[in-house]
Amino acid sequence: MYDFVLNSSFFYVALTLAAFGLGVLIQKKCKLAIFNPLLLATIFIMAFLLLTGIPNENYQAGCQALTWLLTPATICLSISFYQQFQKLKKHLPVICIGVVAGTIASLGSVYLLCMAFGVDESITASLLPKSVTTAIGVALSQEFGGIAAITTAVIVITGVLGSIIGPVLCKILRLKDPIAQGVAFGTAAHVIGTTKAAQMSELAGAVSSFSLTFAGLVTSILMSVLAQFI
Amino acid sequence: MKYLRQFGLVLLFSLLGELCRFLIPFPIPASIYGMILLFAALGLKIINLPAINDAGGWLVSILPVLFVAPAVNLLSSWDALKEALVPILVVMIATTVIVFAVAGLVTQWILKGRKGDKKDV
Repeated sequence: MYDFVLNSSFFYVALTLAAFGLGVLIQKKCKLAIFNPLLLATIFIMAFLLLTGIPNENYQAGCQALTWLLTPATICLSISFYQQFQKLKKHLPVICIGVVAGTIASLGSVYLLCMAFGVDESITASLLPKSVTTAIGVALSQEFGGIAAITTAVIVITGVLGSIIGPVLCKILRLKDPIAQGVAFGTAAHVIGTTKAAQMSELAGAVSSFSLTFAGLVTSILMSVLAQFI
Repeated sequence: MKYLRQFGLVLLFSLLGELCRFLIPFPIPASIYGMILLFAALGLKIINLPAINDAGGWLVSILPVLFVAPAVNLLSSWDALKEALVPILVVMIATTVIVFAVAGLVTQWILKGRKGDKKDV
């Protein structure tokens, strides 16, 4: 039985879906951003692997079918991006400038702090795309020699953090305009922040949804251009 | 057949993305090229939304699930993480606040063209 489980592909995929489903259920009950389904599922599976002694390598091999879908699924982010693009046409220039400013601030502040701490290059590469959506951030991290697992965790926690402190920051900074709020949430806290922005107002949600994808694109272009010089 | 056709279209863009990554000597991930190509194809009306929306929407909705395995890989990069835990935490918290403030304030500042909102930037 143990041998069967050890090498079964469907077992690991089913386990992943179950863990994620449980995470969704818990979030529905608690309604707290910290109980992010991806975060919970990750913790459940880690605990499961440590308890049963199943090697992580076997789990990873079993989940290859899921990992394979990452590129096609990421590409489909363009669909809602296109829809928001159509909807927000007249606000686009302002939104784009805000996103570019936020993205430069993100890359600059992450880079400088990493230099100040003197962390390993692979850690810096893992942290640089921390504010963009997981799909784009992890692809970037891998492209620049970062550690995908660290990037995934940091991105999700950044999103959760952003959606918790975002409303407070909006008050402190007096961000009252829904467009400014949307740009802030989307650029700083990607999809998870967008959920929060959508609760504040429909316009903020739409702007945030556009901003998160645009921030991902700007981040990838800036990172690859800067990489030629650094 | 509808879903198969739509999924095939998504795979086509994935393939084109990989091709661009292969041909262009620039460190941009294949999925980014794919996104840009799909966006262009939608914008230029080479394909219309209903031709890809169902399968595409489903794929986007399962994205978080696809990241469970990469995140579980933390088990294998625990050493690298442990060494840099404090810097990572500081970078994470500080830059989230900075990015939120800069993105929001710059946008609002342009929208209103008014002084007084320029704190912190």
